[in-house]
Amino acid sequence: MNGMENNWKTIPPFHPAFDIERCDYKNGCTICAKECSFGEISLHPVKDVDGEVRYRPWANLTACNSCQRCVKMCPEGAIHIEHQPMHTSHGYWTSDYASNIWRQAGAEGGVLLVGNGATGPQKRYFDHIMFDACQVTNPSIDPLREPMEIRRYLGRKPARYGEEIGPQLKLDVPIMFGAMSFGAVNKRVQEAEARATQAVGTYWNTGEGGFHKDLRIYGENTIVQVASGRFGVSEDYLKSAAAVEIKIGQGAKPGIGGHLPGEKVLKAISETRMIPEGSDALSPAPHHDIYSIEDLRQLIYAIKEAMEYRVPVSVKIAAVHNVAPIVSGVARAGADIIAIDGFRGGTGATPLQIRQSTGIPIELAISAADKRLREEGIRETVSLVASGGIMCSSDVLKAICLGADAVYVGTPVLVALGCGLCQRCFSGKCAYGITTNKPGLAERIDVEQATQALKNLLHAWGEEIKELMGSMGISAIEALRSNRDRLRGVGLNEEELKILEIKHAGA
Amino acid sequence: MCGIVGIINTNGQRIDGSHIQEAIRIQRDRGNGLGGGFAVYGAYPENRDKYAFHIMYEGDRHNPAVSAVEDYLQSKANVYQSEQIPVYPNNRIPRGPYFKRYFLKPIEEFLSPQQTEEDYIVEIVMHINSMQDAFVVSSGKNVGVFKGMGYPEDIADYFRIEDYRGYMWVAHNRFPTNTPGWWGGAHPFTILDKTVVHNGEITSYGTNVRWLEMNGYQCLLQTDTEVISYIYDNLTRRDKLSKRDACYVMAPTLWEEIDRRGDEKDRYLRQIYGAAIINGPFGIVLTHRDGAIVLNDRNKLRPVVCAQVGSTYYASSEECSIRFLSPEVDRIWSPRGGEPVMIDMLEGYKEALS
Repeated sequence: MNGMENNWKTIPPFHPAFDIERCDYKNGCTICAKECSFGEISLHPVKDVDGEVRYRPWANLTACNSCQRCVKMCPEGAIHIEHQPMHTSHGYWTSDYASNIWRQAGAEGGVLLVGNGATGPQKRYFDHIMFDACQVTNPSIDPLREPMEIRRYLGRKPARYGEEIGPQLKLDVPIMFGAMSFGAVNKRVQEAEARATQAVGTYWNTGEGGFHKDLRIYGENTIVQVASGRFGVSEDYLKSAAAVEIKIGQGAKPGIGGHLPGEKVLKAISETRMIPEGSDALSPAPHHDIYSIEDLRQLIYAIKEAMEYRVPVSVKIAAVHNVAPIVSGVARAGADIIAIDGFRGGTGATPLQIRQSTGIPIELAISAADKRLREEGIRETVSLVASGGIMCSSDVLKAICLGADAVYVGTPVLVALGCGLCQRCFSGKCAYGITTNKPGLAERIDVEQATQALKNLLHAWGEEIKELMGSMGISAIEALRSNRDRLRGVGLNEEELKILEIKHAGA
Repeated sequence: MCGIVGIINTNGQRIDGSHIQEAIRIQRDRGNGLGGGFAVYGAYPENRDKYAFHIMYEGDRHNPAVSAVEDYLQSKANVYQSEQIPVYPNNRIPRGPYFKRYFLKPIEEFLSPQQTEEDYIVEIVMHINSMQDAFVVSSGKNVGVFKGMGYPEDIADYFRIEDYRGYMWVAHNRFPTNTPGWWGGAHPFTILDKTVVHNGEITSYGTNVRWLEMNGYQCLLQTDTEVISYIYDNLTRRDKLSKRDACYVMAPTLWEEIDRRGDEKDRYLRQIYGAAIINGPFGIVLTHRDGAIVLNDRNKLRPVVCAQVGSTYYASSEECSIRFLSPEVDRIWSPRGGEPVMIDMLEGYKEALS
């Protein structure tokens, strides 16, 4: 990689287009240029018909990836984003593949990085699964008239009456906020997550970047992570939380570590992660004290001992081919909760090739894991949390019917805070102030507003889940866990139906 | 929709089957002729120490399943008596499968150390049910089940249930909406001395079945009633829950109420037995050798009426059946959703009858 530019221009696939009739540049408005954190919009002097020189917004054609910030902030509604893909006439070589090579051959070189989850054309199984509803032979239940219970308890349960139950997490909605670390997102985002989960009665996850001291008052609703970099891990850190999660992998980048560049390691992040300011924060691919399942067992019990068995220990793994036996092994190694993250799971930064090509869909993974645990008679000894690609409340409920006890959501949290899914979280330039700590950008998150948005999200999904349950004649959500009989497949082949343990529609 | 009647004489007084036949006859509208049946407790006092197996064979006595099952039974148990169950074909039910009954005891030395006699019997029942063309209709001591395709009053004539006497009777009139009607799919459903008659359609079926399979049960009939019986059996016999707790697991109170009362035992039961909760509309009468339990779903989506006349208790889908049996009652009430009515045999009668 020598940083040489191509001698042709690579035009980004998106650019802003301005309706100059509507634009308020005449009165000196410069909002769009200020809001664009990627430097796509500049102000261009133009001599108007009246002879005055005024500054108009101008698309630089260098950096737009359609985050839509300018569109949403323009007071006049004068901006829209145009899509200009580099169409090839070749049926096989689509523009995505060609432009990736152009980028790599040119100045960018190296490993292509992206944010957010996989975008590939793989089947979204949730869309091929339909719920049942009550008709005639049993009555549907109206959540406006009858109590509808969506509370879940996560943690180890004994096989039978009389034996002791392990520590439990109480979820008043079966949805938790998945791991997004301080550094990847900023403190304001984490504070909004913490406040919303406290208000609604569920949990958020610090991710691997430590637990900011100002947020520890929300510890009762917080799951802290112990990942391969061990950032911010101390006795106080563990003891400040309601549960501890050992992160083995994540769906967007199974099998690889992480990298927070030194320039993002500002003072607060350095303190929270317990690393020097300005130093790169590298998470190794494996935990260097976990090279096998027995090592994982030792870490689980080391944490349990340190916590005096007062909080559940979760293990998060990416959904990979052998997920079922891995889950069985992790359950037997002592995990109280296992979070399985499908290949659609989001991230702040991942190599493009890993994101698009590694791992398996969560729908298949959770079904296979649930089945394996049942076959081995140990299903109740562990709670399963599904994540990676959940986009709406019916996905949540379908995941539960496929064997999950609850779900983690990450990208929906970002979207609720404004995220336009431009996939450049790693750049530190997030125009919505979510995945950046840059002064001037991070302040775009108003903690009060963000908290309300996340409360609304949890509340709305909870209400939708109750409606779905009512139509199926279910009044307690535990009666849906692994209840494949309430699902039917549409357009799935025999093998897929077998793995999902559901019948085809009409059968 | 289905119809249920139960009669329990808590002082052990036995009555013949004609009473319940007439009581269920007047609930004819609650069924559609695709299934009817009766369970009688106290049917075989002379063999009360042996398990009474009623087994249904497809076709007739020449079906090779008969000898296959009998060879299997001989290998697992001491069979003291075996006979054809007499049937009386009539215009409305001209034919049916072949029924036999066996009185047997397990061969004790075959029991594994952790296994109780009842575990062993359940294993035998599960095995026969997985065999071709054979199905165990009932398997409890001093209990008999008679059921088949047809309206219950016609099934009663087919088996002449007036020839049997019992201290506890239950009847069921079926209106199948899920599984096709067939002789084995009629209710009641029985495992050991526990019998369930059920009106409803449980929406938690998929969750419950998977939990039962994990606990070693095979749900071959794909009926709600089978699932309820096995859940109750697993909870009371294997996990040693009290009757009250078993009912609580199946139809628990709201979390809010648990929080309000601060009842940690109820919270624990609901936490660990989440997969055994029964959702959807149901009204059930669950009988066991020492009495009966009447239970409604939490939302009371199916009718059940209970009544008491001296030492006799009635449970019915409709009050008319109770008033038919006894126009005057001491007490009549409609149990609240999720609150079990537990009727126990009076002390002194339990031992003598079981």
